[in-house]
Amino acid sequence: MNILVAALLSATAMAGSLDFNGDPARGETLYPQCMGCHSFERDRTGPRHCGLIGRRAGRVAGFAYSKAMSESGIVWTRETLDKFLSAPTIVVPGTTMGYAGIEAAQDRLDLIAYIELAGDSPAPCESSGESGQP
Amino acid sequence: MTYEIKRSTGAINVPRRSFLFNSMNIALSGAAVAMLAGRSGLVSAANRTETQAIDDVRILNTALGAEREAIAAYAVGAESGLLGSAVLKVAVTFQGHHKEHRDVLASTIRKLGGQPTEPPKSYNFPVERLKTQADVLKFAAELERGAVSAYAGAVPLFVNRDLSKAAASILADEAMHWAILRQTLGMDPVPSAFFS
Repeated sequence: MNILVAALLSATAMAGSLDFNGDPARGETLYPQCMGCHSFERDRTGPRHCGLIGRRAGRVAGFAYSKAMSESGIVWTRETLDKFLSAPTIVVPGTTMGYAGIEAAQDRLDLIAYIELAGDSPAPCESSGESGQP
Repeated sequence: MTYEIKRSTGAINVPRRSFLFNSMNIALSGAAVAMLAGRSGLVSAANRTETQAIDDVRILNTALGAEREAIAAYAVGAESGLLGSAVLKVAVTFQGHHKEHRDVLASTIRKLGGQPTEPPKSYNFPVERLKTQADVLKFAAELERGAVSAYAGAVPLFVNRDLSKAAASILADEAMHWAILRQTLGMDPVPSAFFS
């Protein structure tokens, strides 16, 4: 695992579980920011979001991940996703997600709440074969 | 290293790198030469420059992937038979812009010594959802909206600021696409003063 990734993620673990009060309805209004590269049901420039929470990073079959992401050792939880979305290229140097990050903590929480909810629901994830699958 | 955007063609003029940094051809990079000469200060400087250039190429390649997807999506729309002639003309024009973006991104990647990634074999678009002209326009608008955010998120990351300037230029074009698609759909074309 990348040293920086390990340090950031272990710091999160030491701090204990973050207080997640994300609003999925507001997160849905923010999700179009992700839609340049992601969708729930299919892989695009970025991998699908169905079944994201609980999935090990770099493990959607058939998606061409960066070496950095494949070897990051990250499992996507609310906490790890929160860290990653704050500054993707700093948390996982070498990721192909060339995106500066979402600065506002509440925006990240709302977005994660929506991704968690929609990414584990039958619609639109049934066709992706990823619903609830780590 | 300096870069220049050629205004007449949109091309980004970048000097060819004196060393190539793609993974297949890194053996005699500037860093390696400096290391062989025992000049450690130059090693770190060369490594830093090389790493930064690789980061820029990585971002450009991600943008290239998104542009290719947009071209393919507009092709699906144009060939769907669902678009009226006036809308079809606009869609083909927008597709042409994305082709220009693709070409300039790919050539810039090469000029920087990188290698454009291969396009996917297919895109698996949700064509079953496209039953009317409005469906096609909504689909295109979603892609354009996402592209605006993707470029907005990429602009601050480029080490070379001329690449940021070029990305912002593409962002502006795609924001205009989004606004026109929304207008055509009867929606507020510019629903907010700020976007991220």
